[in-house]
Amino acid sequence: MNQQQQSLWQFMQQQSNKLLSQTLEHVGLTLVSLLIAVIIGLPLGILIARRKQLSGTVLGIAGVLQTIPSIALLGFMIPLLGIGATPAIVALFLYALLPIIRNTYTGITGVEPSVKEAALAMGMSARQVLFKVELPLAMPVILAGIRTATVINVGVATLASYIAAGGLGEFIFGGISLNNSNMILAGAIPSALLAILFDILLSLVQRISFKKLRYVLFALPVIVVAFAIYCLVPSASGSKLTAGFTPEFMGRQDGNLGLQQKYGLKIHTTVINDAVMYKAAFEKQIDVISGYSTDGRLKAFNLTVLDDDKKIFPPYYAAPIVRKDALQKYPGLEDVLNLLAGHINDSVMTELNYRTDQLHQTPERVAKDFLIANNMFKPSRKGKAGVIRIGSKVFGEQYILAEMYRMLIEGNTNYTTSAKTGLGGTKICFDALTNNQIDFYPEYTGTGLLVLLQPPVGKLQQITSNNEKTYNYVQQEFNKKYGIKWLKPIGFNNAYALMMRRQQADELGIKTISDLKHFLDRN
Amino acid sequence: MIRVQNLSKQYGQTMAVDNISFEVAEGDNLILLGTSGCGKTTTLKMLNRLIEPTAGKIWIGGEDVTAQQPELLRQNIGYVLQNNGLFPHYTVADNIAIVPGLLKWDKEKTQNRTHELLQKLHLSTDLLSKYPAQLSGGQQQRVGLARALITNAPVLLMDEPFGALDNITRTKIQEEFKELDELQRKTIVMVTHDVHEAFELGNRIAIMDKGQIVQMGTPAQLLFKPENDFIRNFLKTQRLQLELKAITLHDVWYSLPSANNVPVASLELDTNENIWRAMQYLKGDVKHIMIKSPQTNEVKLVTFEQLMAAYHQYQNTLPA
Repeated sequence: MNQQQQSLWQFMQQQSNKLLSQTLEHVGLTLVSLLIAVIIGLPLGILIARRKQLSGTVLGIAGVLQTIPSIALLGFMIPLLGIGATPAIVALFLYALLPIIRNTYTGITGVEPSVKEAALAMGMSARQVLFKVELPLAMPVILAGIRTATVINVGVATLASYIAAGGLGEFIFGGISLNNSNMILAGAIPSALLAILFDILLSLVQRISFKKLRYVLFALPVIVVAFAIYCLVPSASGSKLTAGFTPEFMGRQDGNLGLQQKYGLKIHTTVINDAVMYKAAFEKQIDVISGYSTDGRLKAFNLTVLDDDKKIFPPYYAAPIVRKDALQKYPGLEDVLNLLAGHINDSVMTELNYRTDQLHQTPERVAKDFLIANNMFKPSRKGKAGVIRIGSKVFGEQYILAEMYRMLIEGNTNYTTSAKTGLGGTKICFDALTNNQIDFYPEYTGTGLLVLLQPPVGKLQQITSNNEKTYNYVQQEFNKKYGIKWLKPIGFNNAYALMMRRQQADELGIKTISDLKHFLDRN
Repeated sequence: MIRVQNLSKQYGQTMAVDNISFEVAEGDNLILLGTSGCGKTTTLKMLNRLIEPTAGKIWIGGEDVTAQQPELLRQNIGYVLQNNGLFPHYTVADNIAIVPGLLKWDKEKTQNRTHELLQKLHLSTDLLSKYPAQLSGGQQQRVGLARALITNAPVLLMDEPFGALDNITRTKIQEEFKELDELQRKTIVMVTHDVHEAFELGNRIAIMDKGQIVQMGTPAQLLFKPENDFIRNFLKTQRLQLELKAITLHDVWYSLPSANNVPVASLELDTNENIWRAMQYLKGDVKHIMIKSPQTNEVKLVTFEQLMAAYHQYQNTLPA
C-alpha cells in the first residue's frame, strides 16, 4: 500500500486493463446518450422552429431538466430504471437534449427569410426546403450544439459510476475516497482528454461541406451503435449473486481486496454510490452490498449484516480529530468535544441515522432530541470569543455529530461556530483540516489508519485485530505526522460490513462472509 | 395570360389587398407601383401562392392556380427577389440549376442553358464555381435573374428586383433588362416603389394604395389622364422626367424638323425610344443625333433644343 510513492504512469500501467475498460464504458455511455439526444432533439428542434408557439414549452422543459443536479437526476432514475447503464444513459440523454434542441431551433429560425422564400418560390416542397436549405444552413449552429452536449456528457458521465454504470468516474470517486491522487488523475485525465478529443473531432466535422457530411451522418449512427453495443454488453457473470460496492470499498485492503485475499470471495461486482446502494439492494437490483454497520438504512430496508468471521474489517470507532493549534487557540474546546465520549453506541447511532435517513427528520432536530434526552443540552450563549469551524463528511451520521458538537460548543462555551459540512470524502475533509480550513471533524479510526496513514501490511495486521491498539496507533501517528489530536472515542463502531436482504440471507442460509463464499462456490 | 378577379387578403382586421381585379396579356409587362404597405407585394405573392388569398380567384394561362399543387405551379413561374435569395451554400452553377434539378433535367441540357444565359447576362463563366458571397451586388442580381429564366417559364414575377442595388448598377441592369430578348416574350409582373423604374420598364402600370388599384394604364395614360388627385400627386414631384420618359420619339415625329441635306451624326436611334433616352445622348460634345422611323425609313437630324421644342408642342396638343 505505498501508492504515494508510485508515479501516475506506473499506476496507469498497472491498471491499464481497468483503465481501458472504463474508458470504453465512458465513451459508450457518452456516445449512446448523445446519439439518442440527436435522434430526438433534432426533430424536436425542427418541430418547434415550425410551430413557434411550442418553442417556449419545449425549451422550458429541456431547460429545467438541465438545471437538475446531475447526481439528483441519477437518483431519480433508480426507482424508475434501476441501476446500471440504462438509467445513466437516460440521464445523460436528458442533459444533452437542451443544447441540441436549442441550437437546432436557433439555427433553423436564423436562416435568411429571403433564401427560404426563394426556395419555396422555385417550387421546392417543404421537405426539400428543410433538407436542401434549412438544415445545411443551420448545420454549423446545430453542430456547435452537439459539441456542447458532447463535452457536457463526457463530464457528467463520470457520475455514472454512482449507479453502477461504470466509466472513468470509478477511478475518480474511488481515488477521492481512498486519498489516492494517482487514481483520481488516472480517471480525470483520460476523461478530460476524451472531452478534448471529441470536441476536436466534431470541429473537423463542422468544416466538412454539407454534401459530404451526409455520408458521414449516415455512417455515424451505425458506427456508434456498433461501438456502444461492444462497450455496454454486460460482462457475463458466473455467479448467481451480484455485489454492489462503493468505489472506495473496491480499492481498499479492508474492502474488496481483503475479501478476495482472505476469503477468496469471487462475486460478480458492480461499482455503485453508497447513496443509492441500500435502495438498490432493497429493490433486488443487487444482492450484496458494502454498507456501514450503523447506517439507518440497514434498519429501513430490512438488511442483515454478514458476520466478518475472519476479521478483515478493522474497527472504525468515531472520534473528533482536532488540529493542535486550534486546541491551543481555543482553551476549553477539548473538554467540550469530549462531552460526547462514550455516550453513543452502535444501536443508538443506527437509530439516530434511521431518524434522519428514513424518517427525514433534520440532523439538527435529531441532535437536539438526543442531547435533551441525555441532559446535555444547553441553549446557545451566543458568545463572541471566537469562531470554531466544524467539518463533516457528506453523510447523515456526520451531519448529526456536527450538529451535536455545534450545540455543545455554543451552549457550554463563549465560542460561536461555523459549519463546513458535506465535504465530499475523507481526502477532502482531511485536506480541509490540515490546510486550516476547518478546526475539527469526526473521523473513524479505521479510516485514519488505512486511508490516511497507510502503514505497511505487516504492521497493519498487528494493529487492526484490536480496537485499543488501533486507536493508540492512529493517535500517536497523527500527532507526530500532522499535528492533529484524536480526542476520546464517541463510542460506536461504524465499520464496513457486507449486507444482504434479510429474507434472501435466511433463505440461502448465509450468516457469515464464509457462508457467502461457500454458497458462491457451490453454485 | 394572368387574370385576377376580386382578390382580397385580410390579416386580422387589416385588408392588405382589398378586392382587386386585373388582367395581364401574354408578353405584357405590368408594374405594381406604390408606397410600402400598399399591398403590391402581397398581390404578387398571391400569384404563385406564397401567400394564400382570403377571397378571389387567379388564373394563369387559363388555369385556376388553386387547382394546382403549389410546388408544380411555382416551378413554372420565374421569381426574382429583392435580396436575390441566392442559396449561400450553393455555387453560382448550383444556384442556377435548382429548378432544372427539381424538374430532373439532364446535366448537359442544364449546362448548355446556363452558358447561354450567362452570355446574355454578361456574366463570366469563371463565376460558376464561386459562391454568392464572392459576387458583387450586380452580379448576384444577374445570377438571380438567370435562375428565374433558366426553364423558360412563360411568366416571371419580380419583387423589387433592383431595389437593393446602387444607382449606377441599377441603371445599367435596367438597360440590359430592357434589351434582353428572353424577356420580350414573357408575361411579367413586377413590384416596385420606384416611379422611374416603373416608367422605364413597364408597358402598363397599376398604382396601388391601401390594398386597392387606384389607376391602371400605360405610363402616358397615367401622366396625361390621371383619374384623380392621388395619381396626380403621386407623380407630381418628378413629372417632367416622367413625361419625357412616357413620350416616344414616334409621338413627336411630326414636330421634329425634316432634314434638308444628308444627315451626318454618329448616333442613330429609332422612334421607339423615348425623349429622355434621346436627351441622354445629347450631352457634352454630341450636338446632333439621327432618328430613323422604322415605318418610313425617313431620317431626321435633331439637336437638344429641337427635341425640347417638339416636346412642348406635343404637350399643347393634349387635352387639358
